[in-house]
Amino acid sequence: MQDQPMHAKKLIIMSMLLALACIAFMIIGAKGSWGFLLVFRGTKLLALLLVSVAISVATLLFQTISGNRILTPSIMGFDALYLLVQTLLVFILGGFTYVALDGQLKFLAEVGVMLFAATLLFTTIMGKGQQDLHRMVLVGIIFGVLFRSLAGFLQRIIDPNDFAILQGASFAQFSSVDKELLGVSILLVSGCCIVIWRLRHTLDVIALGRNNAINLGVSYERTSFIVLVLVATLVSVSTALVGPVAFFGLLVTSLAHFIMNTHRHSVLLPASILIAAVILVTGQTAFERILKSQSTLSVTVEFFGGLLFLLLLFRGKMK
Amino acid sequence: MKNIGVAIVALFALCCFSLFVGVQEVSITDWWQESQNTDLFLISRIPRTLAVVLTGASLAVSGAVMQMLARNNFVEPSSVGTAQSAALGILLVTLLYPASPLIVKMIVAAATAMIGMAVFLAMISRLPVTSPLLVPLVGLIFAGIVEALTVFIAFQTDMLQFQGTWMSGEFSGILRGRYELLWLCGGLAILTYVVADQFTIIGMGKDASINLGLNYKQVVILGLFILALSTSLIVVTVGMIPFVGLVVPNIARRMMGDNLRASLPWVAVLGALLVLTCDLIGRLVHFPYEIPVGTVLGVIGSFVFLYLLYARPAHAR
Repeated sequence: MQDQPMHAKKLIIMSMLLALACIAFMIIGAKGSWGFLLVFRGTKLLALLLVSVAISVATLLFQTISGNRILTPSIMGFDALYLLVQTLLVFILGGFTYVALDGQLKFLAEVGVMLFAATLLFTTIMGKGQQDLHRMVLVGIIFGVLFRSLAGFLQRIIDPNDFAILQGASFAQFSSVDKELLGVSILLVSGCCIVIWRLRHTLDVIALGRNNAINLGVSYERTSFIVLVLVATLVSVSTALVGPVAFFGLLVTSLAHFIMNTHRHSVLLPASILIAAVILVTGQTAFERILKSQSTLSVTVEFFGGLLFLLLLFRGKMK
Repeated sequence: MKNIGVAIVALFALCCFSLFVGVQEVSITDWWQESQNTDLFLISRIPRTLAVVLTGASLAVSGAVMQMLARNNFVEPSSVGTAQSAALGILLVTLLYPASPLIVKMIVAAATAMIGMAVFLAMISRLPVTSPLLVPLVGLIFAGIVEALTVFIAFQTDMLQFQGTWMSGEFSGILRGRYELLWLCGGLAILTYVVADQFTIIGMGKDASINLGLNYKQVVILGLFILALSTSLIVVTVGMIPFVGLVVPNIARRMMGDNLRASLPWVAVLGALLVLTCDLIGRLVHFPYEIPVGTVLGVIGSFVFLYLLYARPAHAR
């Protein structure tokens, strides 16, 4: 516990960095009336922060319940699953009536189905025994390919007039956020965060592995089920807002572990959120205002995340 | 099921069926009486069917060779970054020398495909032999990295639409004069058959090959050359098509064992059958609109691959 002041110091430094990044995002290249700018850039910033929270927390929790630092929900096909759920609902419920529904309602329906499907997928992949990790990751990736292909297949069949959603969005776009969903996303994300914060000490025990956790008196099955539901919700939020992001979560949690050097969720959670937010806000500021190019941030992040994933594979960190 | 004649007859029957599927109605009974039908067949239907068969056979054969070179049953050129490297090469040459003839673009694409494959093989040579599934994993991520690089360059140069045409393979744009390069793929597949025994030995590993008196380096370079050339030919002509090279050799191996010379005819015919079937599905499901064959194969191929991952014979675990 002697390094607690150290953690606090690091978190404060990161928060300051984030504050600077947010200010830069708001004022660099500002032209026109502030009333308009505040609202316009403010919503964008809010969305970026929401996505940072959703991706980093979901990844960290998923790594805790899978007992592994290289898996992320998106590598295991969760993002693709959400896209498939979205497409399936339009396909089954007959485009017109469903599409005409309010966006927030639709989103809640999608999250509901996603919870069910994600739980099923996770138990299928994980249920086959965790001893063969490489197979598990490979199966996850191929499931992702399957979901994406299925979604693509259905999108070709659905009347294109009904389907103006993420068609052809094979990579995330941080610059064009679905603003309609901001309100409901804030509710969902903050709800998840409250539950997780209350579970933080239990999660520390869960991270010790199933047998240890049960020996220490944690109801392992129940807790990991709750966590899985939270992960599925957060993945839905981030995918609905910006699209699928493959390696960003991995980048963030690895950095958090590296910088903080601890296993305590009460430190790791805020750290990964701050790191994700700093990367996204700074990156978006740089790409959008300075380099004047839209939405290449996600591609860049994926590129470095992919390199990191390879590095982790080679260093045999597959534990 | 061991009789290849049956498979060839089935393929031929399916080819004939494929000739009569399309927006333009052609009656099966008196199709030779209309002169415009002759044009339709010669310009569109026959080239398309031929292109599908050549592509399918070539993809499957490439997969089989790749699996010998990498000594792993779960790789193929489009899942380990070779096809993605070829696409990167086409993009670069189109950006730098837009006026260059197709043959120059081809050579550049083959060269980058070769570099991509060499990088992948160098990477997996450092992996422990004990974890066979790590090889396709590293390949998939490497492919993703190369693709991200390509998308980034395409984005910065407003070539995203152009680049997207190679990402999902399809045959809807195939007409006479647009597919003839694929005959080269057929030639390369025949060349593979001629040297099949040497590839089989390569599949046993470097030491075994050298002990058996094989010029290991020469054969590996020949294999790389065949793979790079046929992969880039397909990427240029129809685009990327996933899973064929992964799934078909594995099925053939279950039927015929590891001897490439014995299984190669099966690999070629099954590959052609699979791609033709998927192309027909893509053409018929949402008639008169088409679904790209790459998408259909993404669904069917990933199903079969998942099955293969879980249902490996006990001795191969």
